[in-house]
Amino acid sequence: MAAVTVGISIDVSEKRYPGGRPVIALRNLETRIAPGEFCVVTGPSGCGKTTLLNIVAGLDQDFLGILGFEPAGGRSPRIGYVFQNPRLLPWRTVRENVALVRPRDHDRFEVERLLGEVGLADAADIYPTRLSGGMARRAALARAFAITPDLLLMDEPFVSLDRPAADRLRRLLVRLVTSRPLTVLFVTHDLGEAVELADRVLVLSPSPGRVVAEMPIELPRDRRRDRDTLPALQDELARLAGIQPGHSSLRIPSS
Amino acid sequence: MTRLPAAIAERATSLLVLLGAWEGAAWFAHSRLFPGPGIVLATLAEETIHGDLLYHLGATLARVAVAFALAMTIGSAIGIAMARSRALDALLDSWVVLFLNLPALVLAVLLYVWLGLTEAAAIGAVTLSKLPTVVVTLREGARALDGDLAAMAKSFRLSAWRTLRHVTLPQLSPFFVIASRTGLALIWKIVLVVELLGRPDGIGYAIQVFFQLFDVKRLIAYSLAFVAVVLAIEWGILQPFERRLTRWRR
Repeated sequence: MAAVTVGISIDVSEKRYPGGRPVIALRNLETRIAPGEFCVVTGPSGCGKTTLLNIVAGLDQDFLGILGFEPAGGRSPRIGYVFQNPRLLPWRTVRENVALVRPRDHDRFEVERLLGEVGLADAADIYPTRLSGGMARRAALARAFAITPDLLLMDEPFVSLDRPAADRLRRLLVRLVTSRPLTVLFVTHDLGEAVELADRVLVLSPSPGRVVAEMPIELPRDRRRDRDTLPALQDELARLAGIQPGHSSLRIPSS
Repeated sequence: MTRLPAAIAERATSLLVLLGAWEGAAWFAHSRLFPGPGIVLATLAEETIHGDLLYHLGATLARVAVAFALAMTIGSAIGIAMARSRALDALLDSWVVLFLNLPALVLAVLLYVWLGLTEAAAIGAVTLSKLPTVVVTLREGARALDGDLAAMAKSFRLSAWRTLRHVTLPQLSPFFVIASRTGLALIWKIVLVVELLGRPDGIGYAIQVFFQLFDVKRLIAYSLAFVAVVLAIEWGILQPFERRLTRWRR
């Protein structure tokens, strides 16, 4: 079950949602994500971020273009997906939700260890309807890591949490990611979150989405956390994304 | 838990009042055609031990079990298929509406005419009467399946069996329960009619015989035995099953 770090090459010439008025979600979106990279994708609402994740996850195969994994010719990568809503099975306990994605002959201790690692050891036997928002995200994280993923896909996983809870979960995520060989594709509209986590940030254009800017961040994560560095990085990203410095979000304000 | 004995006491009082009223009316009528509860219960015991009650009850329950199992499996399969295929739904929808509104009596008579007074005709009539309600209920359930959870299962590459067992069936189970309950309530009523029309055994047949002999005490005794079994299955099997399925909601 040893994970190999995978790279991804994405070349989507067009992704169209058919219908009465077809919507073109992505056009000429091209990028390469290096093995072991933590890549954050950001962009305005509706620019196709989730569509991109679903294409990489293999959930959406109805697009024009090429999706490739490196090393090529190897087995298909194991993908852990953390959705915007935790999508836990409400009729299974936290432990059962995590154990569900493991192979049949799995080591039961591994599930317990993961639950401990995300701080849910005491909540293993309760049903998800009883979990707080933050705990449900932790369970979803544990589930994504339970398959020993080569690639982790995260779709605004900490949205709608209060700030301290989101901070704790980001630190937990960094801990989990740095202790494993893992490639991450992380979608968010929160620029602060983007520059705190990313090795590289991709900025997508408004729909149809394509990469309009990218910003590599070389500085190690633990040295970004001081009072001046993060805001400076955030302003730089805002400038790249073409919005007013000081704005923390790429969400288009509703007027 | 302190409320449970109170509920039992209330129910017991209500039943005792019913028995009292029945006994009083029987005493007042003073007729062989209106036996009181004492006589009926004595008959019930007598028929259980020395008579044919268990034999007829067994025959009816066997028919109920087979028809129930057939209607649930076939009905679920059709209902889920209709939810998944627009073409099939368009084709079968009016059939379902037709069968929903076709009286069970008509089905029973027609099948007896076409297949003779056979077991297959009897079970077929009961099954066909229940089938459309199962189809409609499970179609509703399958239409309400959560696409987000299906995508989750797919992205984690869960096997078809695991997806069915852990993701799909739990979502359908409330609909199975509804279909079982309404279906069973329907079957209990239809099976007696079908037996009365063309079977040489079963509670429905016995009731026909007692009707022709004007043997009211046996008629009521057999009916009571049947009702007791229906309630035992409701309370002993269906309700605990339902509680087990909805455990996670609490």
